[in-house]
Amino acid sequence: MDAMAIVSIFVLAVFVGFEVVSKVSSTLHTPLMSGANAIHGVILVGAIIVADHSKTNLELSLSVVAIILATINMIGGFVVTDRMLEMFKGNKKGADK
Amino acid sequence: MNRTMYDLIGLAAGVCFILALKGLSHPKTARRGNLIGAFGATLATLVVFAYNAPLNNLGWIIGAIAVGSLIGVPAARKVQMTQMPQLVALFNGVGGGAAALVAIVEYLALGDGASTAVVIFTVFTVVVGCVSFSGSIITFLKLQELMTTRPVVFPGGRFVIAATLAAVLGASGWVVVALGTTPLLILAALSLLFGVLFVLPVGGADVPIVISLLNAFTGLTVAASGYVLDSTLLIIAGTLVGASGTILTRLMADAMGRSLFGTLFGAFTAKPQDVAAAGEERPVRSGSPDDVAILLNYARRVVIVPGFGLAVAQAQHTVRELADLMISKGIDVAYGIHPVAGRMPGHMNVLLAEANVPYDQLAEMEEVNPTFGQTDVAIVIGANDVVNPAAQTTPGCPIYGMPILEVSNAANVIFLKRSMRPGFAGIENELLYDPKTMLLFGDAKASLTKVVSALKSL
Repeated sequence: MDAMAIVSIFVLAVFVGFEVVSKVSSTLHTPLMSGANAIHGVILVGAIIVADHSKTNLELSLSVVAIILATINMIGGFVVTDRMLEMFKGNKKGADK
Repeated sequence: MNRTMYDLIGLAAGVCFILALKGLSHPKTARRGNLIGAFGATLATLVVFAYNAPLNNLGWIIGAIAVGSLIGVPAARKVQMTQMPQLVALFNGVGGGAAALVAIVEYLALGDGASTAVVIFTVFTVVVGCVSFSGSIITFLKLQELMTTRPVVFPGGRFVIAATLAAVLGASGWVVVALGTTPLLILAALSLLFGVLFVLPVGGADVPIVISLLNAFTGLTVAASGYVLDSTLLIIAGTLVGASGTILTRLMADAMGRSLFGTLFGAFTAKPQDVAAAGEERPVRSGSPDDVAILLNYARRVVIVPGFGLAVAQAQHTVRELADLMISKGIDVAYGIHPVAGRMPGHMNVLLAEANVPYDQLAEMEEVNPTFGQTDVAIVIGANDVVNPAAQTTPGCPIYGMPILEVSNAANVIFLKRSMRPGFAGIENELLYDPKTMLLFGDAKASLTKVVSALKSL
Protein backbone atom coordinates (compact mmCIF):
# COMPACT_ATOMS: atom_id res chain seq x y z
CA MET A 1 0.00 0.00 0.00
CA ASP A 2 1.37 3.43 -0.72
CA ALA A 3 2.62 5.42 2.21
CA MET A 4 0.37 8.43 1.66
CA ALA A 5 -2.77 6.27 1.77
CA ILE A 6 -1.61 4.73 5.05
CA VAL A 7 -0.85 8.11 6.59
CA SER A 8 -4.31 9.36 5.51
CA ILE A 9 -6.06 6.35 7.01
CA PHE A 10 -4.09 6.74 10.21
CA VAL A 11 -4.78 10.46 10.64
CA LEU A 12 -8.48 10.14 9.85
CA ALA A 13 -8.84 7.20 12.23
CA VAL A 14 -7.18 9.24 14.99
CA PHE A 15 -9.76 11.98 14.57
CA VAL A 16 -12.67 9.54 14.46
CA GLY A 17 -11.33 7.87 17.61
CA PHE A 18 -11.11 11.25 19.37
CA GLU A 19 -14.58 12.31 18.26
CA VAL A 20 -16.60 9.24 19.16
CA VAL A 21 -15.61 9.15 22.81
CA SER A 22 -15.12 12.81 23.62
CA LYS A 23 -18.37 13.23 25.58
CA VAL A 24 -18.75 10.05 27.57
CA SER A 25 -19.95 10.21 31.19
CA SER A 26 -17.77 8.72 33.91
CA THR A 27 -20.42 6.04 34.47
CA LEU A 28 -19.42 4.43 31.20
CA HIS A 29 -15.65 4.78 31.45
CA THR A 30 -15.13 1.21 32.61
CA PRO A 31 -17.32 -0.52 29.98
CA LEU A 32 -15.92 1.73 27.27
CA MET A 33 -12.37 0.89 28.20
CA SER A 34 -13.25 -2.77 28.31
CA GLY A 35 -15.00 -2.61 24.91
CA ALA A 36 -12.09 -0.78 23.28
CA ASN A 37 -9.82 -3.38 24.85
CA ALA A 38 -11.82 -6.16 23.17
CA ILE A 39 -11.60 -4.38 19.80
CA HIS A 40 -7.82 -4.48 19.75
CA GLY A 41 -8.19 -8.23 20.18
CA VAL A 42 -8.68 -8.16 16.42
CA ILE A 43 -4.89 -8.63 16.36
CA LEU A 44 -6.14 -12.22 16.13
CA VAL A 45 -6.40 -11.56 12.40
CA GLY A 46 -2.70 -10.71 12.33
CA ALA A 47 -1.85 -13.78 14.39
CA ILE A 48 -3.73 -16.02 11.94
CA ILE A 49 -1.92 -14.43 8.99
CA VAL A 50 1.51 -15.05 10.49
CA ALA A 51 0.55 -18.60 11.46
CA ASP A 52 -0.33 -19.15 7.81
CA HIS A 53 3.12 -17.81 6.76
CA SER A 54 5.03 -19.83 9.36
CA LYS A 55 7.66 -22.14 7.94
CA THR A 56 9.75 -23.13 10.92
CA ASN A 57 8.66 -24.76 14.16
CA LEU A 58 9.76 -21.69 16.10
CA GLU A 59 7.60 -19.40 14.00
CA LEU A 60 4.62 -21.72 14.25
CA SER A 61 4.88 -22.12 18.02
CA LEU A 62 5.15 -18.36 18.54
CA SER A 63 2.15 -17.72 16.31
CA VAL A 64 0.09 -20.39 18.07
CA VAL A 65 0.80 -18.61 21.38
CA ALA A 66 -0.12 -15.30 19.70
CA ILE A 67 -3.44 -16.75 18.51
CA ILE A 68 -4.26 -18.06 21.99
CA LEU A 69 -3.49 -14.71 23.61
CA ALA A 70 -5.36 -12.71 20.97
CA THR A 71 -8.42 -14.95 21.27
CA ILE A 72 -8.46 -14.50 25.04
CA ASN A 73 -8.25 -10.73 24.54
CA MET A 74 -10.99 -10.57 21.92
CA ILE A 75 -13.61 -13.09 23.05
CA GLY A 76 -13.02 -12.60 26.77
CA GLY A 77 -13.12 -8.84 26.30
CA PHE A 78 -16.47 -8.78 24.51
CA VAL A 79 -18.03 -11.25 26.97
CA VAL A 80 -16.96 -9.33 30.07
CA THR A 81 -18.10 -6.02 28.57
CA ASP A 82 -21.49 -7.52 27.81
CA ARG A 83 -21.75 -8.77 31.38
CA MET A 84 -21.05 -5.30 32.73
CA LEU A 85 -23.57 -3.64 30.45
CA GLU A 86 -26.22 -6.27 31.12
CA MET A 87 -26.43 -4.86 34.63
CA PHE A 88 -27.44 -1.46 33.37
CA LYS A 89 -30.54 -2.86 31.72
CA GLY A 90 -33.90 -2.21 33.35
CA ASN A 91 -32.68 1.21 34.39
CA LYS A 92 -32.88 2.56 30.89
CA LYS A 93 -35.33 5.32 31.74
CA GLY A 94 -32.99 6.87 34.27
CA ALA A 95 -29.88 5.98 32.39
CA ASP A 96 -30.23 8.40 29.52
CA LYS A 97 -30.53 11.53 31.59
CA MET B 1 -12.23 -14.46 -2.70
CA ASN B 2 -10.40 -11.60 -4.41
CA ARG B 3 -8.47 -8.81 -2.77
CA THR B 4 -11.15 -6.16 -3.38
CA MET B 5 -13.78 -8.23 -1.63
CA TYR B 6 -11.38 -8.91 1.24
CA ASP B 7 -10.62 -5.21 1.65
CA LEU B 8 -14.30 -4.24 1.47
CA ILE B 9 -15.26 -6.67 4.20
CA GLY B 10 -12.31 -5.46 6.23
CA LEU B 11 -13.61 -1.91 5.80
CA ALA B 12 -17.06 -3.03 6.96
CA ALA B 13 -15.47 -4.48 10.10
CA GLY B 14 -13.69 -1.15 10.64
CA VAL B 15 -17.03 0.68 10.40
CA CYS B 16 -18.45 -1.78 12.96
CA PHE B 17 -15.68 -0.79 15.36
CA ILE B 18 -16.46 2.92 14.93
CA LEU B 19 -20.15 2.24 15.59
CA ALA B 20 -19.18 0.10 18.58
CA LEU B 21 -17.17 2.89 20.22
CA LYS B 22 -19.90 5.38 19.41
CA GLY B 23 -22.54 3.09 20.94
CA LEU B 24 -20.46 2.43 24.04
CA SER B 25 -20.36 6.17 24.75
CA HIS B 26 -24.10 6.33 25.57
CA PRO B 27 -25.88 4.34 28.29
CA LYS B 28 -28.83 3.44 26.09
CA THR B 29 -26.83 2.07 23.17
CA ALA B 30 -23.84 0.69 25.05
CA ARG B 31 -24.81 -2.95 25.00
CA ARG B 32 -25.75 -2.89 21.34
CA GLY B 33 -22.46 -1.10 20.60
CA ASN B 34 -20.50 -3.87 22.23
CA LEU B 35 -22.38 -6.49 20.19
CA ILE B 36 -21.68 -4.57 16.98
CA GLY B 37 -17.99 -4.61 17.91
CA ALA B 38 -18.12 -8.35 18.52
CA PHE B 39 -19.84 -8.81 15.17
CA GLY B 40 -17.13 -6.78 13.41
CA ALA B 41 -14.37 -8.80 15.04
CA THR B 42 -16.03 -12.08 14.08
CA LEU B 43 -16.48 -10.87 10.52
CA ALA B 44 -12.82 -9.84 10.31
CA THR B 45 -11.69 -13.23 11.59
CA LEU B 46 -13.89 -15.25 9.24
CA VAL B 47 -12.86 -13.25 6.19
CA VAL B 48 -9.17 -14.01 6.86
CA PHE B 49 -9.99 -17.70 6.75
CA ALA B 50 -11.91 -17.28 3.50
CA TYR B 51 -9.37 -15.05 1.76
CA ASN B 52 -6.30 -17.12 2.59
CA ALA B 53 -8.02 -20.50 2.14
CA PRO B 54 -6.64 -23.05 2.27
CA LEU B 55 -4.60 -21.88 5.25
CA ASN B 56 -1.36 -23.60 6.13
CA ASN B 57 -1.28 -25.00 9.65
CA LEU B 58 -5.08 -24.84 9.77
CA GLY B 59 -5.33 -27.45 12.52
CA TRP B 60 -2.96 -25.49 14.74
CA ILE B 61 -4.86 -22.27 14.12
CA ILE B 62 -8.27 -23.72 14.95
CA GLY B 63 -6.84 -25.52 17.97
CA ALA B 64 -5.25 -22.32 19.29
CA ILE B 65 -8.51 -20.38 18.87
CA ALA B 66 -10.33 -23.14 20.75
CA VAL B 67 -7.81 -23.02 23.60
CA GLY B 68 -8.04 -19.23 23.76
CA SER B 69 -11.83 -19.37 23.90
CA LEU B 70 -11.76 -22.05 26.58
CA ILE B 71 -9.59 -19.78 28.72
CA GLY B 72 -11.15 -16.42 27.91
CA VAL B 73 -14.88 -17.13 28.04
CA PRO B 74 -15.05 -18.84 31.46
CA ALA B 75 -12.71 -16.20 32.92
CA ALA B 76 -15.00 -13.46 31.62
CA ARG B 77 -18.20 -15.16 32.75
CA LYS B 78 -17.14 -16.23 36.21
CA VAL B 79 -15.19 -13.19 37.37
CA GLN B 80 -16.69 -11.38 40.33
CA MET B 81 -17.70 -7.88 39.34
CA THR B 82 -15.41 -6.58 42.08
CA GLN B 83 -12.44 -8.17 40.35
CA MET B 84 -13.35 -7.07 36.89
CA PRO B 85 -10.80 -4.22 36.57
CA GLN B 86 -7.87 -6.59 36.94
CA LEU B 87 -9.40 -8.96 34.39
CA VAL B 88 -9.60 -6.10 31.89
CA ALA B 89 -5.96 -5.32 32.67
CA LEU B 90 -5.03 -8.93 32.04
CA PHE B 91 -6.95 -9.09 28.74
CA ASN B 92 -5.22 -5.92 27.64
CA GLY B 93 -1.83 -7.35 28.56
CA VAL B 94 -2.29 -10.55 26.58
CA GLY B 95 -3.43 -8.46 23.59
CA GLY B 96 -0.20 -6.47 23.77
CA GLY B 97 1.76 -9.71 24.08
CA ALA B 98 -0.01 -11.14 21.03
CA ALA B 99 0.83 -8.04 18.95
CA ALA B 100 4.50 -8.26 19.96
CA LEU B 101 4.62 -11.98 19.06
CA VAL B 102 2.97 -11.31 15.68
CA ALA B 103 5.63 -8.72 14.90
CA ILE B 104 8.43 -11.05 15.99
CA VAL B 105 7.16 -13.95 13.84
CA GLU B 106 6.73 -11.74 10.80
CA TYR B 107 10.25 -10.43 11.32
CA LEU B 108 11.65 -13.95 11.51
CA ALA B 109 9.73 -14.93 8.37
CA LEU B 110 10.83 -11.90 6.35
CA GLY B 111 14.50 -12.36 7.23
CA ASP B 112 16.69 -10.05 5.17
CA GLY B 113 13.82 -9.20 2.86
CA ALA B 114 12.31 -6.63 5.27
CA SER B 115 12.37 -3.01 4.20
CA THR B 116 13.65 -0.43 6.67
CA ALA B 117 10.14 0.93 7.20
CA VAL B 118 8.84 -2.53 8.05
CA VAL B 119 11.70 -3.06 10.50
CA ILE B 120 10.98 0.27 12.21
CA PHE B 121 7.30 -0.61 12.64
CA THR B 122 8.27 -4.08 13.87
CA VAL B 123 10.55 -2.53 16.47
CA PHE B 124 7.74 -0.20 17.57
CA THR B 125 5.29 -3.09 17.91
CA VAL B 126 7.72 -5.23 19.87
CA VAL B 127 8.69 -2.42 22.26
CA VAL B 128 5.20 -1.09 22.99
CA GLY B 129 3.57 -4.53 22.94
CA CYS B 130 6.06 -5.86 25.49
CA VAL B 131 5.69 -2.77 27.71
CA SER B 132 1.92 -3.16 27.58
CA PHE B 133 2.20 -6.86 28.42
CA SER B 134 4.50 -6.64 31.42
CA GLY B 135 2.98 -3.36 32.63
CA SER B 136 -0.51 -4.87 32.59
CA ILE B 137 0.70 -7.88 34.57
CA ILE B 138 1.99 -5.52 37.27
CA THR B 139 -1.33 -3.60 37.35
CA PHE B 140 -3.08 -6.96 37.67
CA LEU B 141 -0.87 -7.92 40.62
CA LYS B 142 -1.52 -4.55 42.27
CA LEU B 143 -5.31 -4.69 41.85
CA GLN B 144 -5.47 -8.32 42.96
CA GLU B 145 -3.41 -7.18 45.97
CA LEU B 146 -0.86 -9.90 45.25
CA MET B 147 1.70 -7.16 45.74
CA THR B 148 1.70 -3.85 47.56
CA THR B 149 -0.67 -1.21 46.20
CA ARG B 150 1.60 1.60 47.33
CA PRO B 151 4.05 3.14 44.91
CA VAL B 152 7.17 1.02 44.77
CA VAL B 153 10.08 3.41 44.77
CA PHE B 154 13.64 2.41 45.44
CA PRO B 155 16.72 4.59 45.85
CA GLY B 156 18.13 5.56 42.48
CA GLY B 157 14.98 4.20 40.88
CA ARG B 158 14.66 7.05 38.45
CA PHE B 159 18.19 6.44 37.15
CA VAL B 160 17.47 2.75 36.68
CA ILE B 161 14.32 3.62 34.73
CA ALA B 162 16.09 6.22 32.62
CA ALA B 163 18.94 3.81 31.93
CA THR B 164 16.50 1.07 30.91
CA LEU B 165 14.70 3.46 28.59
CA ALA B 166 18.03 4.48 27.04
CA ALA B 167 18.90 0.79 26.61
CA VAL B 168 15.54 0.16 24.90
CA LEU B 169 16.15 3.03 22.49
CA GLY B 170 19.72 1.87 21.88
CA ALA B 171 18.62 -1.70 21.18
CA SER B 172 15.91 -0.38 18.84
CA GLY B 173 18.58 1.40 16.80
CA TRP B 174 20.72 -1.73 16.88
CA VAL B 175 17.88 -3.85 15.45
CA VAL B 176 17.22 -1.35 12.65
CA VAL B 177 20.90 -1.18 11.67
CA ALA B 178 22.14 -4.72 12.28
CA LEU B 179 18.95 -6.76 11.84
CA GLY B 180 19.15 -10.35 13.14
CA THR B 181 17.20 -12.31 15.72
CA THR B 182 19.42 -11.82 18.76
CA PRO B 183 19.12 -8.02 18.87
CA LEU B 184 15.34 -8.32 18.54
CA LEU B 185 15.07 -10.75 21.45
CA ILE B 186 17.31 -8.54 23.60
CA LEU B 187 15.07 -5.61 22.68
CA ALA B 188 11.98 -7.59 23.72
CA ALA B 189 13.57 -8.49 27.07
CA LEU B 190 14.56 -4.88 27.77
CA SER B 191 11.05 -3.70 26.86
CA LEU B 192 9.48 -6.19 29.23
CA LEU B 193 11.76 -4.91 31.98
CA PHE B 194 10.87 -1.32 31.17
CA GLY B 195 7.15 -2.11 31.40
CA VAL B 196 7.64 -3.44 34.93
CA LEU B 197 9.72 -0.47 36.04
CA PHE B 198 7.26 1.96 34.43
CA VAL B 199 4.26 0.70 36.43
CA LEU B 200 5.89 -0.16 39.78
CA PRO B 201 6.05 3.44 41.06
CA VAL B 202 2.37 4.10 40.27
CA GLY B 203 0.21 4.30 43.37
CA GLY B 204 -2.88 2.12 43.79
CA ALA B 205 -5.37 4.91 43.13
CA ASP B 206 -3.75 5.78 39.81
CA VAL B 207 -3.69 2.23 38.49
CA PRO B 208 -6.92 2.59 36.40
CA ILE B 209 -5.36 5.50 34.52
CA VAL B 210 -2.36 3.36 33.69
CA ILE B 211 -4.56 0.48 32.53
CA SER B 212 -6.38 2.85 30.21
CA LEU B 213 -3.09 4.20 28.88
CA LEU B 214 -1.67 0.71 28.29
CA ASN B 215 -4.93 -0.09 26.50
CA ALA B 216 -4.26 2.81 24.13
CA PHE B 217 -0.67 1.57 23.72
CA THR B 218 -1.87 -1.87 22.69
CA GLY B 219 -4.16 -0.18 20.14
CA LEU B 220 -1.16 1.57 18.59
CA THR B 221 0.85 -1.66 18.40
CA VAL B 222 -2.04 -3.28 16.56
CA ALA B 223 -2.02 -0.37 14.11
CA ALA B 224 1.73 -0.73 13.59
CA SER B 225 1.46 -4.47 13.02
CA GLY B 226 -1.25 -3.66 10.47
CA TYR B 227 1.39 -1.78 8.51
CA VAL B 228 3.81 -4.69 8.72
CA LEU B 229 1.15 -7.18 7.60
CA ASP B 230 -0.37 -4.88 4.98
CA SER B 231 -3.81 -5.01 6.64
CA THR B 232 -5.92 -1.84 6.47
CA LEU B 233 -8.33 -3.30 9.01
CA LEU B 234 -5.66 -3.66 11.68
CA ILE B 235 -4.49 -0.11 11.01
CA ILE B 236 -8.01 1.27 11.40
CA ALA B 237 -8.94 -0.80 14.46
CA GLY B 238 -5.64 -0.20 16.22
CA THR B 239 -5.65 3.53 15.55
CA LEU B 240 -9.26 3.89 16.75
CA VAL B 241 -8.44 2.19 20.03
CA GLY B 242 -5.21 4.14 20.37
CA ALA B 243 -6.96 7.47 19.86
CA SER B 244 -10.10 6.79 21.89
CA GLY B 245 -7.99 5.19 24.62
CA THR B 246 -5.86 8.32 24.85
CA ILE B 247 -8.93 10.53 25.23
CA LEU B 248 -10.43 8.15 27.76
CA THR B 249 -7.21 8.20 29.76
CA ARG B 250 -7.38 11.99 29.90
CA LEU B 251 -11.07 11.96 30.87
CA MET B 252 -10.31 9.51 33.69
CA ALA B 253 -7.40 11.57 34.91
CA ASP B 254 -9.64 14.66 34.92
CA ALA B 255 -12.38 12.82 36.83
CA MET B 256 -9.82 11.91 39.46
CA GLY B 257 -8.27 15.36 39.50
CA ARG B 258 -4.91 13.90 38.58
CA SER B 259 -2.47 15.30 36.12
CA LEU B 260 -1.64 12.70 33.54
CA PHE B 261 1.93 13.86 33.53
CA GLY B 262 2.23 13.53 37.30
CA THR B 263 0.80 10.03 37.20
CA LEU B 264 3.10 8.81 34.46
CA PHE B 265 6.28 10.47 35.48
CA GLY B 266 5.70 10.01 39.17
CA ALA B 267 8.55 7.56 38.85
CA PHE B 268 10.93 10.38 38.10
CA THR B 269 9.75 12.72 40.81
CA ALA B 270 8.62 10.44 43.62
CA LYS B 271 10.88 10.15 46.61
CA PRO B 272 10.92 7.10 48.82
CA GLN B 273 8.08 7.76 51.25
CA ASP B 274 8.69 8.10 54.93
CA VAL B 275 7.11 5.21 56.69
CA ALA B 276 4.07 6.85 58.26
CA ALA B 277 4.48 7.53 61.95
CA ALA B 278 2.26 4.60 62.77
CA GLY B 279 1.35 3.23 66.14
CA GLU B 280 0.17 6.56 67.46
CA GLU B 281 -3.08 5.65 69.18
CA ARG B 282 -5.71 8.35 69.02
CA PRO B 283 -9.20 8.08 70.39
CA VAL B 284 -12.04 7.39 67.99
CA ARG B 285 -15.74 7.21 68.75
CA SER B 286 -17.09 3.81 67.90
CA GLY B 287 -20.76 2.95 68.11
CA SER B 288 -23.07 -0.04 68.05
CA PRO B 289 -25.57 -0.92 65.32
CA ASP B 290 -28.32 0.37 67.66
CA ASP B 291 -26.64 3.78 67.95
CA VAL B 292 -26.49 3.97 64.17
CA ALA B 293 -30.13 2.94 63.81
CA ILE B 294 -31.26 5.64 66.26
CA LEU B 295 -29.26 8.28 64.43
CA LEU B 296 -30.81 7.22 61.13
CA ASN B 297 -34.33 7.03 62.53
CA TYR B 298 -34.37 10.72 63.44
CA ALA B 299 -32.65 11.91 60.26
CA ARG B 300 -34.48 13.71 57.50
CA ARG B 301 -31.82 13.31 54.84
CA VAL B 302 -29.22 10.54 54.56
CA VAL B 303 -26.52 10.18 51.95
CA ILE B 304 -24.93 6.76 51.48
CA VAL B 305 -21.36 6.81 50.20
CA PRO B 306 -20.47 3.35 48.93
CA GLY B 307 -16.88 2.32 48.40
CA PHE B 308 -14.94 -0.71 47.35
CA GLY B 309 -15.27 -2.25 50.82
CA LEU B 310 -19.02 -2.49 50.24
CA ALA B 311 -18.45 -4.53 47.12
CA VAL B 312 -15.84 -6.76 48.74
CA ALA B 313 -18.32 -7.62 51.51
CA GLN B 314 -21.00 -8.27 48.82
CA ALA B 315 -23.23 -5.89 50.78
CA GLN B 316 -24.88 -4.17 47.80
CA HIS B 317 -28.17 -5.94 48.41
CA THR B 318 -28.16 -5.24 52.15
CA VAL B 319 -27.46 -1.57 51.60
CA ARG B 320 -30.40 -1.41 49.21
CA GLU B 321 -32.56 -3.03 51.88
CA LEU B 322 -31.46 -0.35 54.35
CA ALA B 323 -32.17 2.41 51.84
CA ASP B 324 -35.64 1.02 51.08
CA LEU B 325 -36.40 0.81 54.80
CA MET B 326 -35.36 4.43 55.36
CA ILE B 327 -37.41 5.59 52.39
CA SER B 328 -40.44 3.77 53.83
CA LYS B 329 -39.91 5.83 57.00
CA GLY B 330 -40.05 9.00 54.94
CA ILE B 331 -36.31 9.70 55.02
CA ASP B 332 -34.77 11.30 51.97
CA VAL B 333 -32.07 8.90 50.75
CA ALA B 334 -29.46 9.33 48.04
CA TYR B 335 -26.29 7.48 47.08
CA GLY B 336 -23.31 9.76 46.62
CA ILE B 337 -21.20 8.17 43.91
CA HIS B 338 -17.63 9.34 43.53
CA PRO B 339 -16.49 9.06 39.90
CA VAL B 340 -13.77 6.64 40.89
CA ALA B 341 -15.56 4.80 43.69
CA GLY B 342 -14.51 1.20 43.40
CA ARG B 343 -11.38 0.52 41.49
CA MET B 344 -12.18 2.22 38.19
CA PRO B 345 -14.31 5.13 37.00
CA GLY B 346 -17.90 3.92 36.80
CA HIS B 347 -17.11 0.68 38.62
CA MET B 348 -19.50 1.47 41.53
CA ASN B 349 -22.37 2.15 39.14
CA VAL B 350 -21.87 -1.32 37.69
CA LEU B 351 -21.82 -2.88 41.15
CA LEU B 352 -24.95 -1.08 42.38
CA ALA B 353 -26.78 -1.77 39.12
CA GLU B 354 -26.05 -5.43 39.82
CA ALA B 355 -28.01 -5.03 43.10
CA ASN B 356 -30.93 -3.34 41.27
CA VAL B 357 -30.49 0.01 43.00
CA PRO B 358 -32.74 2.44 41.09
CA TYR B 359 -30.66 4.67 38.88
CA ASP B 360 -32.39 7.89 40.00
CA GLN B 361 -31.13 7.42 43.58
CA LEU B 362 -27.54 7.50 42.36
CA ALA B 363 -26.23 11.05 42.58
CA GLU B 364 -22.97 12.06 40.99
CA MET B 365 -20.42 13.96 43.01
CA GLU B 366 -21.24 17.41 41.58
CA GLU B 367 -24.93 16.96 42.41
CA VAL B 368 -24.49 15.65 45.91
CA ASN B 369 -21.65 17.81 47.23
CA PRO B 370 -23.69 21.04 47.64
CA THR B 371 -26.35 19.09 49.59
CA PHE B 372 -24.14 17.78 52.40
CA GLY B 373 -24.85 20.98 54.38
CA GLN B 374 -28.51 19.91 54.65
CA THR B 375 -27.67 16.26 55.24
CA ASP B 376 -28.18 14.86 58.72
CA VAL B 377 -26.21 11.67 58.31
CA ALA B 378 -23.63 10.57 55.77
CA ILE B 379 -22.96 6.81 55.89
CA VAL B 380 -19.60 5.92 54.42
CA ILE B 381 -19.49 2.21 53.69
CA GLY B 382 -16.11 0.75 52.93
CA ALA B 383 -14.85 3.95 51.37
CA ASN B 384 -11.98 6.06 52.57
CA ASP B 385 -9.85 7.89 50.04
CA VAL B 386 -12.83 9.42 48.22
CA VAL B 387 -13.99 11.22 51.38
CA ASN B 388 -10.55 12.03 52.78
CA PRO B 389 -10.28 15.78 53.44
CA ALA B 390 -6.51 15.45 53.06
CA ALA B 391 -7.16 15.70 49.31
CA GLN B 392 -8.14 19.33 49.93
CA THR B 393 -6.03 20.26 52.92
CA THR B 394 -2.68 18.48 52.70
CA PRO B 395 -0.56 19.50 49.73
CA GLY B 396 1.94 16.82 48.89
CA CYS B 397 -0.13 13.84 49.96
CA PRO B 398 -0.63 11.34 47.13
CA ILE B 399 -4.30 12.17 46.58
CA TYR B 400 -3.95 15.97 46.93
CA GLY B 401 -6.15 17.69 44.35
CA MET B 402 -8.49 14.76 43.82
CA PRO B 403 -12.10 15.94 44.07
CA ILE B 404 -13.77 14.33 47.08
CA LEU B 405 -17.25 13.84 48.46
CA GLU B 406 -17.47 16.51 51.15
CA VAL B 407 -19.13 14.33 53.78
CA SER B 408 -17.47 16.38 56.53
CA ASN B 409 -20.15 19.04 55.86
CA ALA B 410 -22.89 16.67 57.00
CA ALA B 411 -24.13 16.94 60.59
CA ASN B 412 -23.07 13.37 61.40
CA VAL B 413 -20.76 10.97 59.66
CA ILE B 414 -20.88 7.21 60.14
CA PHE B 415 -18.02 5.06 58.87
CA LEU B 416 -18.53 1.35 58.42
CA LYS B 417 -15.05 -0.10 58.38
CA ARG B 418 -13.36 -3.40 58.93
CA SER B 419 -10.46 -1.83 60.78
CA MET B 420 -8.50 1.39 61.11
CA ARG B 421 -6.41 0.35 58.12
CA PRO B 422 -6.10 3.25 55.65
CA GLY B 423 -7.61 3.09 52.15
CA PHE B 424 -6.18 1.90 48.84
CA ALA B 425 -3.97 4.97 48.51
CA GLY B 426 -2.50 4.25 51.96
CA ILE B 427 -3.22 7.62 53.56
CA GLU B 428 -4.51 8.37 57.05
CA ASN B 429 -7.98 9.95 57.15
CA GLU B 430 -8.36 12.76 59.70
CA LEU B 431 -12.14 12.60 59.43
CA LEU B 432 -12.09 9.34 61.38
CA TYR B 433 -10.99 11.28 64.48
CA ASP B 434 -13.56 14.06 64.08
CA PRO B 435 -15.95 14.34 67.07
CA LYS B 436 -19.02 14.10 64.83
CA THR B 437 -17.82 10.84 63.33
CA MET B 438 -19.02 7.51 64.60
CA LEU B 439 -17.32 4.27 63.59
CA LEU B 440 -19.02 0.95 63.28
CA PHE B 441 -16.37 -1.74 62.99
CA GLY B 442 -16.90 -5.08 61.32
CA ASP B 443 -17.74 -6.65 58.01
CA ALA B 444 -19.93 -4.23 56.04
CA LYS B 445 -22.59 -6.80 55.30
CA ALA B 446 -22.87 -8.10 58.87
CA SER B 447 -22.96 -4.55 60.26
CA LEU B 448 -25.61 -3.41 57.80
CA THR B 449 -27.77 -6.43 58.55
CA LYS B 450 -27.66 -5.55 62.26
CA VAL B 451 -28.49 -1.90 61.53
CA VAL B 452 -31.44 -2.95 59.38
CA SER B 453 -32.92 -5.17 62.11
CA ALA B 454 -32.30 -2.49 64.77
CA LEU B 455 -33.98 0.13 62.61
CA LYS B 456 -36.95 -2.15 61.93
CA SER B 457 -37.59 -2.55 65.66
CA LEU B 458 -37.60 1.20 66.31
